Amino acid sequence: MKARVHVMLKAGVLDPQGEAVRHALGQLGFAGVESVRQGKVIELDLAETDRGRAEAAVREMCEKLLANTVIESYSVELA
Amino acid sequence: MHAAVIVFPGSNCDRDMAVAFEAAGARVSMIWHKDTTLPEGVDVVGIPGGFSFGDYLRCGAIAANSPICRSVKAHAEAGGYVLGICNGFQVLTETGLLPGVLLRNAKLKYICKPIELKVETSQTAFTSGYQAGQQVTMAIAHHDGNYHADDATIATLRDEDRIAFSYLDNPNGSKGDIAGIVSSNRRVLGMMPHPERMADPAHGGTDGAVLFDGLVRTLVHA
Repeated sequence: MKARVHVMLKAGVLDPQGEAVRHALGQLGFAGVESVRQGKVIELDLAETDRGRAEAAVREMCEKLLANTVIESYSVELA
Repeated sequence: MHAAVIVFPGSNCDRDMAVAFEAAGARVSMIWHKDTTLPEGVDVVGIPGGFSFGDYLRCGAIAANSPICRSVKAHAEAGGYVLGICNGFQVLTETGLLPGVLLRNAKLKYICKPIELKVETSQTAFTSGYQAGQQVTMAIAHHDGNYHADDATIATLRDEDRIAFSYLDNPNGSKGDIAGIVSSNRRVLGMMPHPERMADPAHGGTDGAVLFDGLVRTLVHA
């Protein structure tokens, strides 16, 4: 089973990289980009075939390593 | 006084840290990250600067989950001393031994230069050789030194006198100008500036040597 994890900075945490991207887009002439937030996508290939167990395992991976929950939120998609 | 300096793949201040500990009179063991235990009777663990595991995933995240870090955590939880400098500070926040996190510098620039700090408290073994309020010069060399924690955590750090060093001219966007903090038992210090790089006259200053001298003196008499 494949899983895809999205990790994003929580609202309220300054994202200087996203802000730099927003600025660069403005310089390229893309007007009206009011905010850019940059995150990560992590794809996992799992031996587990049970959806419930896979999701529980990936959530535990997020809590322990893949995200720093002090500043980041995550979401898990199973395919 | 026995210090253990942890070496990760990508650590690059480990030997500087060992030299600074030795100059202060400590015996030093270098400990590879795959080791699972610290030597018997270690007083202080040093987590050095560098780019452990290439800063993959997040700075310090992989190192914080390495075998030796379980022992470092146990050492700290049993009341042992830990000094994390630069990447070492990032590792300590990732292990949860210190609160908060180090974000990318606010202006996105890697900054490497001597900088002025204010010693916020002398009430730790690490800062016992300084006067509170004293201005000192140390080197910074980081891309992710922007200290961040929620407002309640910052207030707690302030109320409990746990801010060890602050920047006089904030270079990286750190909340509250924070450059270094200690744990609630005051035995774990994490700081972005490098005292080991201002520990010999040839470095251009010796303000950092005071930290190692103070720590060793405190632990020898403990």
